Amino acid sequence: MATLTLDNVRKSFGATDVIHGVNIEVTDGEFIVIVGPSGCGKSTLLRMVAGLEGITSGEIRIDGHRVNEAEPMERNIAMVFQNYALYPHMSVFDNMAYGLKIAKTPKDEIAARVASAAKLLQLEPYLQRKPRELSGGQRQRVAMGRAIVRKPAVFLFDEPLSNLDAKLRVQMRLEIKQLQRELGVTSLYVTHDQVEAMTLADRMIVMNAGVADQIGKPLEVYENPQTEFVAGFIGSPATNFMPAGSVGVSVGKTVGIRPEHIQLTDTPTRLKARVAYCEALGAETLVHLRLPHGQLITVRQGGHLPLPSEGTDLWLGWHDAAMMVFGADGRRI
Amino acid sequence: MSDQRGMVQRRGLGHWFTHLGLIIGVLFIFFPIWLAFVASTVTQPEIVRPPMPLLPGGHFIENYSKALFAGVNAPVATMMLNSLIMALGITIGKIVISLTSAFAIVYFRFPGRTVFFWLIFLTLMLPVEVRIVPTYEVIANFGMLNSYSGLIFPLIASATATFLFRQFFLTVPDELTEAARVDGASPMQFFFHILLPMSRTNIAALFVILFIYGWNQYLWPLLITTDPSMNTIVMGIKQMFPSGDDLADWPVIMATSILAMVPPVIVVISMQKLFIRGLVDSEK
Repeated sequence: MATLTLDNVRKSFGATDVIHGVNIEVTDGEFIVIVGPSGCGKSTLLRMVAGLEGITSGEIRIDGHRVNEAEPMERNIAMVFQNYALYPHMSVFDNMAYGLKIAKTPKDEIAARVASAAKLLQLEPYLQRKPRELSGGQRQRVAMGRAIVRKPAVFLFDEPLSNLDAKLRVQMRLEIKQLQRELGVTSLYVTHDQVEAMTLADRMIVMNAGVADQIGKPLEVYENPQTEFVAGFIGSPATNFMPAGSVGVSVGKTVGIRPEHIQLTDTPTRLKARVAYCEALGAETLVHLRLPHGQLITVRQGGHLPLPSEGTDLWLGWHDAAMMVFGADGRRI
Repeated sequence: MSDQRGMVQRRGLGHWFTHLGLIIGVLFIFFPIWLAFVASTVTQPEIVRPPMPLLPGGHFIENYSKALFAGVNAPVATMMLNSLIMALGITIGKIVISLTSAFAIVYFRFPGRTVFFWLIFLTLMLPVEVRIVPTYEVIANFGMLNSYSGLIFPLIASATATFLFRQFFLTVPDELTEAARVDGASPMQFFFHILLPMSRTNIAALFVILFIYGWNQYLWPLLITTDPSMNTIVMGIKQMFPSGDDLADWPVIMATSILAMVPPVIVVISMQKLFIRGLVDSEK
């Protein structure tokens, strides 16, 4: 149980800056997801909190105490790694108990803590197995068990689900969320998957090239992106961007409109476009249209609507409120 | 899978030829050993009189006990003990030293790290024979002639083993090191609790190779042990050869040769499983 504060945290490798000053105040028990494309510095940021990377400047505080110089163990954190990082020669029990053994916890307490974590994670039948005898999902659980038994102040997750298949990922996502609610431990979770970010986060940090572009509640970020990057990165299919002039907006440089905010009609509205191809997904249909000058626009409409045939000309319409206007610097106007 | 089917289909004549070839090969290699064994079970006149006997005689116990407890210059039992101490000293020393130095080179950033690595690597190019005279000089000045330390120390560091462990450590995922750090393990705890158990099969494979290497040392023991009670068995065989007009006691010499082969064979057979696993897969 703890708060976590990042105060203008920066990191550079030599002359290259990879984190350009991140500020966030994480309250006790909050689930924060850091999301961004690969190479945006999100993992580096997490590893700085973990103490696996040095901090060039700024300050990281856990429960109000500066931990910049502290060893990972002294920070009272636990980390779940992408490839699980289980000790291959140890049984599940020993994997979970290792940190406690190092900390010289009494034997019966270790047994009790591992037992309760195993029960929570449904790992009881596997305690004597070696990691190589487990499935991917079970290994992931062991990795989480190893984090839980330490009763840390902060959980750190480094893309924990990216090695699992799609179905298992959905299931584990729910389990992680449930577990975190149950334990109420402050968590920092790194992912490049926006679905994970949207579903897990109490608040999310969208990172772009070492900068925290936006910090906020998932829906808030979705509905009100502060930068062009965030508008493009969060949401699938991605937001359509058009030059401001081409849609009659006098301020700003670019206008973004989410695919679900565009209506297709036969009668003239704002822009004319030709249907290039359709993707019928059942519940919804993605219609890709080409504007006269060649740009592709994606429209998401209900699956119950008739499928437009390819090659027909349709009109694109939207409400003024649906337009997100961005300036030349990519910031929202 | 398709390869296997191909092999199965080749059953028939080719199959028999392969086996015939292998059997001939084995017999070819085994024959001298068999002759040595036969010679170690007969009497001196029987060896000298043609034709040479091809079946074991009835003096097995007599010849072997004579070799073990009396020998020619020193009892073979003593020589075997010397060999064992030298081989184990070299093997264990090499493994301990190369494990720790590979650990240092891979996991610690210290000034001159690369220099040290390349220095170690360079010594791979210097076989014992090249540096044997200066080494002798050093050992002699230390007063280590005719001693176990003299037998063991000059051969105790191994660039090959260091290099091998370095390569293995490099394949251990970084996350494992980081997980251990997060778990609060100190570097040495990481070494003993995680790295060492993971290197188990590699250590076993090296143990076999290095034990045989140590056991078969010939030139170095020959140089520094003048006292027969410090002779090792492999060089001891040579020392048993007669000089001048003496008569060679061939049955005893042959018994010694056979005895010299036994410990390496025991080591290989008893560690075969681990040894092969260490060579074939790295357990991760």
